Amino acid sequence: MATVTGVSVADEVPGPPERSPLSADGAGTRRLGDRLFGGAAQGAGILVIALVTLVGLFLLWQAVPALARNEAGFLTSREWTVSGDHPRFGIVELLWTTVVSSLIAMAIAVPVGVAVALFITQYAPRWLAKPAANLVDLLAAVPSIIYGLWGLRTFGPKYEPVQTFLQDKLGAFPLLSKTSVSGSGTVMFIGIVLAIMVLPIVTALSREVFAQTPVAHKEGALALGATRWEMIRTAVLPFGRPGVISASMLALGRALGETIAVTIIVSTLADQTVWSWSLFNGGETFASRIANNAQEFDSPQKAGAFIAAGLVLFILTFIVNAVARIVIERRKAFSE
Amino acid sequence: MSAADTAARAPSAPSGGQSSSGRPAGGRPAEPPPALGHPARVREARDLLASVVMWAAFALALIPLVWILWTVVSKGYHLLSEGQWWTNSQKGITSRREGGGAVHAIQGTLVQGLTTALISVPIGVMTAIYLVEYGRGRLAKAVSFMVDILTGIPSIVAGLFVYAVWVTTFHFQRVGFAVCLSLVLLMIPVIVRSTEEMLKLVPNELREASYALGVPKWKTIFKIVLPTAFSGIVTGILLGLARVMGETAPLLILGPYSKSIATDLFSGYMATLPTMINQDRTESLQPAVDRVWAAALTLILLVLLLNVAGRLVARFGSVKK
Repeated sequence: MATVTGVSVADEVPGPPERSPLSADGAGTRRLGDRLFGGAAQGAGILVIALVTLVGLFLLWQAVPALARNEAGFLTSREWTVSGDHPRFGIVELLWTTVVSSLIAMAIAVPVGVAVALFITQYAPRWLAKPAANLVDLLAAVPSIIYGLWGLRTFGPKYEPVQTFLQDKLGAFPLLSKTSVSGSGTVMFIGIVLAIMVLPIVTALSREVFAQTPVAHKEGALALGATRWEMIRTAVLPFGRPGVISASMLALGRALGETIAVTIIVSTLADQTVWSWSLFNGGETFASRIANNAQEFDSPQKAGAFIAAGLVLFILTFIVNAVARIVIERRKAFSE
Repeated sequence: MSAADTAARAPSAPSGGQSSSGRPAGGRPAEPPPALGHPARVREARDLLASVVMWAAFALALIPLVWILWTVVSKGYHLLSEGQWWTNSQKGITSRREGGGAVHAIQGTLVQGLTTALISVPIGVMTAIYLVEYGRGRLAKAVSFMVDILTGIPSIVAGLFVYAVWVTTFHFQRVGFAVCLSLVLLMIPVIVRSTEEMLKLVPNELREASYALGVPKWKTIFKIVLPTAFSGIVTGILLGLARVMGETAPLLILGPYSKSIATDLFSGYMATLPTMINQDRTESLQPAVDRVWAAALTLILLVLLLNVAGRLVARFGSVKK
């Protein structure tokens, strides 16, 4: 079943063994029609490979001239002056905000998402399981700009008192100290909103692998006298672990690249703001910095600087997604 | 609790569900079944606690969904109930003035969505056909891997890529068609994955029967496999459409907002619902704020409509095993 979340493990489930005769070399693959059709199909596949490669190459090609003129360390500087003869820009702050907000999102979304997936596959009564899954999927259907709007105007004001309370009581910890940002546009808050946005991804994939736990494992555990929770801990969770890891990586990839919701919510910091480790600080992610300045791409050098930031984001998500893929690929070998 | 937990782990011998489960040797080595050494009362209490946590997690996940839908509906519905919302554009309307509609944005979203679908559906479906019917070996693996990577590409990166090609390399203007190109990148993987799943559900007997009658492979795919999987493919397309229509990030870079109706994808600015929301999101004047929520509700309705349609198609025309 196609899901709204766009992620699925169905692809990875080993196909029926009789699949191989399908290569059907006997079925007249040398006819003109077959060569054309097969060629078109292969062409489409190659086009997909080419597209991804081109994305990387074009970004790199456009970023290099700007990077060459950059007078600050791209990976270490906090500055962001992209126009003029002496551009100085670096991504360290963007990297921090992007990674930290996504990690907060993961810290919330993974446990809750796994629990929801367990609820749907192991706990929910039969009549509720399907609607429950659909409802959670619905969260993925809500466009991200609406999360942003809701986060800024509705959720944010409700969250603010909690943040003030935490800052007052626990402000001694550097991670929770007070900053110049007064409203809800903090890294912590975008982490929470991102968690809601990626929750359906974690749930959708975890749900699929949990549902595939061999009945023999589950019944074995129950027959030995395990309670339902013990059965889940000894049979379902170990079986589903690669799926959960993979789901988390995919969700992480989504959180790292989320643009408009973050752009709307987060408070950008003025230049020269003193550095703070606080999660209650504002900041910008890669995506929101690019989005905030999208109207100002008027010179190749300016555009190049933002494209360089985009390239880093692309590489980051590429790695995360590749790891997700490898983890679930390895699982294939053990799932029978 | 935790002290009791660690104490109890030691005595229980590895047994039962664990050892026969065929788990990877690389995973954690046979972890003793955690709680079997506990008195029954503790184990029951834990089981109950776990049940409560699971139900609570589900309830927690529903809160934002209900909250968002409620917010958008309650703040947006009254403008939608006015006729002019569906017939007028925002031409000549300032933030202070009430009135005007969203027809320019709705039209832009539909036009761009459909154009995107027209380009991505053939590519996506053909790629899926390749993966299921033809692809073997390393090329197929590479294609499958790249589809995964494409699934994970942030939408802003897709926008930046098209900007780098369309604007800085070819020096074209920022127009609707450029937006479509970036959305194509986001829609292809959705279509590939859903079509692939559906093609795999088509029973092999159907293909073999066709081959046995001497039908060539391409005709088998065209006349037997695709029609059998048709409804599933349509579902995938509708869900993909829903995803790209709600997408905002590439539009920020490539599709500046315009207040009037535009139909030309190749010149001038074209409004869409996401950019209409984005345009006025910082406004504090009430007429503009109302219109932002109304546009948000319109967008949600559109996306939900596509989702529901997709599910209905899937339910009533699914592949019979």
